[in-house]
Amino acid sequence: MQHTELYITESVSVLNRTVVHNDKVLLEAEEHTEDFFQFLYDRLNIDYPKFFKMDALCKLGTAAAHVLLRHFKKEEYLPEEVGIVLSNNSGSIEADINYYESSKTFPSPSLFVYTLPNIVIGEISIRYGFKGENAFFISEKFDAQWIYFYVNNLMQNQNIKCCICGWVDVKDEQYNARLF
Amino acid sequence: MDKKELIYQLKQQIIKQLNLAGKTPEDIRDDDPLFVEGLGLDSIDALELIVLLQQEYNIKLKNAEEGQTIFRSVATMADYILEQQTGAAN
Repeated sequence: MQHTELYITESVSVLNRTVVHNDKVLLEAEEHTEDFFQFLYDRLNIDYPKFFKMDALCKLGTAAAHVLLRHFKKEEYLPEEVGIVLSNNSGSIEADINYYESSKTFPSPSLFVYTLPNIVIGEISIRYGFKGENAFFISEKFDAQWIYFYVNNLMQNQNIKCCICGWVDVKDEQYNARLF
Repeated sequence: MDKKELIYQLKQQIIKQLNLAGKTPEDIRDDDPLFVEGLGLDSIDALELIVLLQQEYNIKLKNAEEGQTIFRSVATMADYILEQQTGAAN
């Protein structure tokens, strides 16, 4: 397989309640901030009511994508030309546990729909209208070589012109998102 | 509980169950459509409303097709609940 020249144009991280965009601190939540996602929603002007129905993994991915894509020129690409390749370590464990707990009484359909980690890709795709190839991988830690290999393949064989990549992980209320 | 009280309670329960952040019972009119226009609920929300009926009012929807009529608005939901409660009492 040939190697395409790939460039990272923007990056964002949401880690330890701090949002960093292109290596500059954009936001930092106080220690006592009770609802971190409400804080992100308000301070980042997300303005997307569906955000509140999402599980933590999707909220994290959506908030990170919101920062990453603020200056993205969507009109320069066809919906099918934008791919999304994400990965994490914990899958959808938080949603799985919440759904399991709800199933002891009345299983909640709205919790059930988040019991797969790739739903975060779906939420980002719905919000921005992306229809390109996508994949969600589970690995112990971020595997940059594999992501490079996979995205390179998408660009050569699946007509992808740009791709949102990274790591979106939620476990025990620890949030770690790195998108580029 | 009369219909007016039931409608108010239903609005509170819908807001809580469906995570309608920023909405208050006062924002929802009794006859507002729940789906597409109005509150703009989706198919997953419809399932949550079925769960709500079962959980809070012990009412099991017998026929899924009835849902279209029952879940047209908060007022139609209240009518259905009162009808079921009256039927159960007799």
